[in-house]
Amino acid sequence: MKYKNNNPHFNVDSSRRSFIKKSGGIVASVAVLGGGSIAPVFAAERTIKFGYVSPQTGPLASFAEADDFILTGIREKLKNGIKIGSKVYRAEILVRDSQSNASRASEVASQLILEEEVDIMLVAATPETTNPVSDQCEVNEVPCISTIAPWQAWMIPRGVFPAPGGGSFDWTYHFFWGLEDVISTYTGMWESLGTNKVVAGLFPNDSDGNAWGDPSVGFPPVLAKKGFKLIDPGRFQNMSDDFSTQINAYRKGEAEILTGVVIPPDFTTFWTQAKQQGFNPKIASVGKGMLFPSAVESLGNVGHNLSTEVWWSPNHPFSSSLSGESARELAMEYSRSSGKQWTQPIGFVHALFEVAVDAMKRSGELGEPGLVRDAIRDTNLNTIVGNVNWKDSPIPNVSKTPVVGGQWRLGGDYMYDMVIINNDLAPEVPLGGDMQALS
Amino acid sequence: MEWIHLLIQGVLLGGLYTLFATGLSLMFGIMRLVNIAHGDFIILAAYVGLVVIDVLGIDPFLALLVVVPLMGGGGYILQRVLLNRTLGSDILPPLLVTFGLSIIIQNVLLEVFSGDSQRVNLDNGLDIASIQISEYISIGVLPLIILILSILVIVVLQFVFYKTELGRAFRATSDDQDIARLMGISNKHIFGLAMAVAMAVVAVAGVLLSMRTNFDPSVGPSRLLYGFEAVIIGGLGSLWGTLAGGLILGVAQAVGAHIDPGWQILMGHIVFLVILVIRPRGLFPRSID
Repeated sequence: MKYKNNNPHFNVDSSRRSFIKKSGGIVASVAVLGGGSIAPVFAAERTIKFGYVSPQTGPLASFAEADDFILTGIREKLKNGIKIGSKVYRAEILVRDSQSNASRASEVASQLILEEEVDIMLVAATPETTNPVSDQCEVNEVPCISTIAPWQAWMIPRGVFPAPGGGSFDWTYHFFWGLEDVISTYTGMWESLGTNKVVAGLFPNDSDGNAWGDPSVGFPPVLAKKGFKLIDPGRFQNMSDDFSTQINAYRKGEAEILTGVVIPPDFTTFWTQAKQQGFNPKIASVGKGMLFPSAVESLGNVGHNLSTEVWWSPNHPFSSSLSGESARELAMEYSRSSGKQWTQPIGFVHALFEVAVDAMKRSGELGEPGLVRDAIRDTNLNTIVGNVNWKDSPIPNVSKTPVVGGQWRLGGDYMYDMVIINNDLAPEVPLGGDMQALS
Repeated sequence: MEWIHLLIQGVLLGGLYTLFATGLSLMFGIMRLVNIAHGDFIILAAYVGLVVIDVLGIDPFLALLVVVPLMGGGGYILQRVLLNRTLGSDILPPLLVTFGLSIIIQNVLLEVFSGDSQRVNLDNGLDIASIQISEYISIGVLPLIILILSILVIVVLQFVFYKTELGRAFRATSDDQDIARLMGISNKHIFGLAMAVAMAVVAVAGVLLSMRTNFDPSVGPSRLLYGFEAVIIGGLGSLWGTLAGGLILGVAQAVGAHIDPGWQILMGHIVFLVILVIRPRGLFPRSID
């Protein structure tokens, strides 16, 4: 829980100064762009205001860890302003922290809309953040772009269904992948190794767990169709301290594949208990919990060859439309400046601003939300996470980006390195090796 | 056989809950201090352990020798400088102050260590080692060590409380602060020492938790609830009661999980509520107040 200065007057004083507070300070991260050695000629006093909401503190903080790095880069790129129509405008990014809390996300979004009057809203990371912010934008008729949440989790809880006549949103647009992509990537990985096709399902009682384990849209129907047998002992509560019941059930059913969508502390508890109690599957593909290298490292040496979905990596053959940097360059730059290993959200947060800047440039006139919305709707942009295209997407308001499968391997540049081993859905992403069984 | 296995796992888990609860039990038993920041202190101890292990490069269990005195000393200072000022007839100030501490600790940890989840790795594979008893019964070595240490902590505290002068002062202050003061006991100093002892136990809990699973700055509060429940089940002020409370909570969760995984945590809460209804003062209340 952190206090951020959301006082609108605070902004007035500093409107001509560069006021970039690094490292997620307790102070407001209100940055106003300008200055520079060659002063660009700006049209009017009017600035383009980008609102950005992400979980910088709280349990979801890992998703926003690279925000400061990304924002510094974006601000540098935008320091000469953005040209809309015939005029060049100063650009300003207003950053707010959701504190990993949905009601807080909604509150800061509403402040950004009503007090700061942002021209476009950007929001990242998990449905707990994207959905309340998107809802605020939909109600207040502000164009909004969101990412880093499976599209079903962003769409369905907000009352629109991906079926004919299911409706659509007027102001909110989303780019990411969907549950169907994870399922097909996972089963693709499993089919590349010889197993008895018995799958142990570890699904918690949260929005992700219920979606993955859902008998109509989740894993069960696809697994049944592909000849896998699923052992699902039932939904458990997050932050459980004991998984003996589940391990017992998996051992009895002789499961050789483990899958689930588990938070990191629970996966560590589960995996160490599984080792203690003699459950040793050949494959373990886990969503969410194995996303960040720090989570895998916390398993010690027993994280070798755990697999997960990969939505962005330095090996993705894409580059930024803003800076021209390749995925590899961006990841390496992050590692250089932070001393840390790259993480998947980096590419997507960067892409969020690529898409937003592109849409603003094409909007024709500043101050017309409808024009910005139309520009977003017509987006067809090659970004650092691949092509974002709402124009030709079969799903209303959603543009899908590629997903591949990867395994964490010991003994590379870092303690664990991500090796891409399945690209069925995105052949343009090069493979780094073959699927290996857990030892 | 399956039931025996689950009961064993439940008891092992109970050891961890006992450690979470013991510090709370001490603070409430002696000072009537409800410490909302208890879970965050546990996580703080885990981070202190992490740094100590990293800097000194020593075995995680040896790190206890450093972390326990550090946290204990910090506890004494915290009590003398801050918490003693909040204690009085009103129960609200210490609640508010510890609530504030909880927020401060979480955010300081987030600033210093980032939101990444951390864990202390045991190089020798001790964390995944187990003792195989039969095909379906195996006892994890680390959970067993945690259980043994938790019992040891209770035994040592029991000894301190009932066999030493310090313990007599603790009990006297707990029974009646004014009379204790008349007898020449400095309440403020005794409270400081009590907090030091409580924080020493918190240090053990934190370091062992850091070996068992991941932690990050935000997970403290979720550890607080089980601690409270174990204290209440066992009866306020009773150390053996706290052990019993921890074990009952662990076994209740194991049994609940066997009925349905969704019932695991719920079952712990249900048992807690049932005991609260049947015996509002817990199973083994020490004193009447």
